[in-house]
Amino acid sequence: MDLLLSADSTGDKLITMVAAIILFVAVMGVLLFAVDRPRNVPSWLVFLAFVGPAALLLLWGLIRPAILTIYQSFFDRRGETFVGLDNFVALATSNDLRSVLVNTIIWVLIVPVAATFLGLLYAVVVDRSPVEALAKALIFLPMAISLVGASIIWRFVYEYKADIGDIQQIGLLNQILVWLGQEPYQFLLNGPWNTFFLIVVFIWVQTGFAMTILSAAIKAIPDDVTEAARLDGVTGMQMFRHITVPGIRPALVVVLTTIAIGTLKVFDIVRTMTGGNYGTSVVANEFYTQAFRQSNAGLGAALATILFVLVVPIVVYNVRQMRISEDVR
Amino acid sequence: MRNRLNRRVAAAAGAGISITMLLAACGADQIEGSGGSGGGDASGGAGTGVDAAAEIDCAPYEEFGDIEGEEVSLYTSILAPEDQPYIDAFQPFTECTGVSVTYEGSSEFEAQLLVRTQAGNPPDIALFPQPGLLQTIVRDTGTVVPAPDQVEAAVDEFYGEDWKNYGTVDGEFYAAPNSANVKSFVWYSPSAFEEAGYEVPETWDEMLALSDQIVADNPGGEIKPWCAGIESGDATGWTTTDWMEDVMLRTAGPDVYDQWVNHEIPFNDPAVATALETVGGILKNEEYVNGGIGGVQSIASQAFQEAGLPILDGSCFMHRQASFYAANWPDGTEVAEDGDVFAFYLPPINEEFGNPVLGAGEFVGAFSDEPHVQAFQLYMTSEDFINNRAAGGQFIPPHSGLDVANLQNPIDELSAELLNDEEATFRFDASDLMPGAVGAGTFWSEMTAWIAEDKADAEVLDAIEASWPAS
Repeated sequence: MDLLLSADSTGDKLITMVAAIILFVAVMGVLLFAVDRPRNVPSWLVFLAFVGPAALLLLWGLIRPAILTIYQSFFDRRGETFVGLDNFVALATSNDLRSVLVNTIIWVLIVPVAATFLGLLYAVVVDRSPVEALAKALIFLPMAISLVGASIIWRFVYEYKADIGDIQQIGLLNQILVWLGQEPYQFLLNGPWNTFFLIVVFIWVQTGFAMTILSAAIKAIPDDVTEAARLDGVTGMQMFRHITVPGIRPALVVVLTTIAIGTLKVFDIVRTMTGGNYGTSVVANEFYTQAFRQSNAGLGAALATILFVLVVPIVVYNVRQMRISEDVR
Repeated sequence: MRNRLNRRVAAAAGAGISITMLLAACGADQIEGSGGSGGGDASGGAGTGVDAAAEIDCAPYEEFGDIEGEEVSLYTSILAPEDQPYIDAFQPFTECTGVSVTYEGSSEFEAQLLVRTQAGNPPDIALFPQPGLLQTIVRDTGTVVPAPDQVEAAVDEFYGEDWKNYGTVDGEFYAAPNSANVKSFVWYSPSAFEEAGYEVPETWDEMLALSDQIVADNPGGEIKPWCAGIESGDATGWTTTDWMEDVMLRTAGPDVYDQWVNHEIPFNDPAVATALETVGGILKNEEYVNGGIGGVQSIASQAFQEAGLPILDGSCFMHRQASFYAANWPDGTEVAEDGDVFAFYLPPINEEFGNPVLGAGEFVGAFSDEPHVQAFQLYMTSEDFINNRAAGGQFIPPHSGLDVANLQNPIDELSAELLNDEEATFRFDASDLMPGAVGAGTFWSEMTAWIAEDKADAEVLDAIEASWPAS
């Protein structure tokens, strides 16, 4: 048992892994066997046997920490003294912290709409074109790059060097500006536009995701529907408005809400590109800074709570839309 | 505390010249050194260290009993390639005791250490780069164990009282000092100075006069007296806090500096405002900065590691940065008083406060009181370790058992002499001593905004004051 609990070497870890797999198979085997064995088990017992363990783990690993976090947001930096709503008041009144909230809202308003719109546009344009596979691969590639990797790439794109002496521009955008006879520009430093230049990176990454899902949905629209519409003489634009968009509505909702939730949690880009400096911080980044760098547990928990509160309506909307679209079917 | 007072009195009495004398003396030493064996075999240094290592005294570790086969985990912010000299210097300890050392470096050290201690998975030993972080972890988590008696005795023997104080929290001694660095340096190119006929300034006014001279000599505006850069990823802004601290020591003096660190005066006190304004006189002066890089705003986006490099191509003449900047010069750059680059002592402003020296350092804290961990702590305070490690280069221990012959470059020698100089008024980096929310938080970010967004002095100081934790 000691060996399994404190595995140090690779060999020990392998043994631990094999033991864990055997344990999993054994438990599942017993479970399946037990469920199948007696002929007339009440259905609630079957339900409990399968959902129970997962529900318990969720309760312990997700619900309990969530409640603890909300609880902690009413305490001071060390989590000792009850301070009521002070942390939230600080968030609402401090200029720097308020700009964090404003930035997050800007992110959530722009990214899902822009990424979904561009993805949809792209999916419609390349649909059934001869180079469809290649065109899709190109736009999907950024999805394969981690957000940190994407941020590093874009940092080089935005890289600034002053236009003095014989300094060469490294950044693509500034080199283009210089070629056009303009002054190089500090893309990441000058607010409020620097937030938009960070947003571009996330849109760049997310458009591929939107395009893939929406393209699949477009292909799922039955051919006889589009054919009938075409026989009725609709134009391309009418086809898009009255056939394509209603046909892929559930997919659109999924894409929009998924990207919106992802955007609320955005952290890697801000942290890698500006570290939250120059007025670009967002809630997730500020949460990390407060909780782990400045060991201000209370304020960190308050920021996490706000993130949670912001995500809830999006999830509720998502679930409701899914239910409506299922009713239609 | 008494030691500090003595130093202050001595510094005031010694008035001015001592450091200059010292610089001159070191320079002479170093010329002989580099002519002989000094410069050439810096890379072979680590090897020599290991050879000498076999001869260390194993006796002190016997009292910890049978610890053979145990393992010590060390967690630090020192990453490759700087980790190798440490790993090499731990080898003799392993040979003596049979205890192996697992070295783990992380660029997220400050945040991850807190996470690991709170998750119940701390390392055995952590190399704390900031006394403020040590205090936070001691007070907030209580997981750090006090240093064993043997280590405390060794620290009393080899280190000054103020160095011991930095490792002490609420009267209990936790962490032994390890390495140090000296921050009060201005890097310059001796050859470029000679060519242009400039002299190393010895007072602040001379330094400003030299800056004006450089501006006047280069009317094209492409060559500036100063270059600077504060971009450092997550830690962007720390180099400006060093500027602030060095100037604070010079305009307000060590006593007010201590009050500032301990929040006995508010952060927006007039004394602090004066210091910020003085720094702004250089860093925010379009005519003075930013040689070879851009305007004032470019300081914010320039990586600190590369900020001093324009000195080499003559785009700027001066760069204020700590002793460890020696490692940032490209291969083949000769660091010497008559070489490609060297550093001079950042001159004093007010005679009344003598010659202040700003520095920082690393401290060895333990999360375990098992015998093999304590034996390792003792080893890290020993003369054997200090000298072995120093032979690997880039290491300046404020340890009286250091044999200066083991230091690998003239800047380390100069730093070690400044640190051990009784005439100088040494003060520890203020942002490393302040609570994390300020020292590694708003002080960095507000000073970054001060440069990047041209935020006004008063607004910067008010914002930092407002963020000072109440408890």
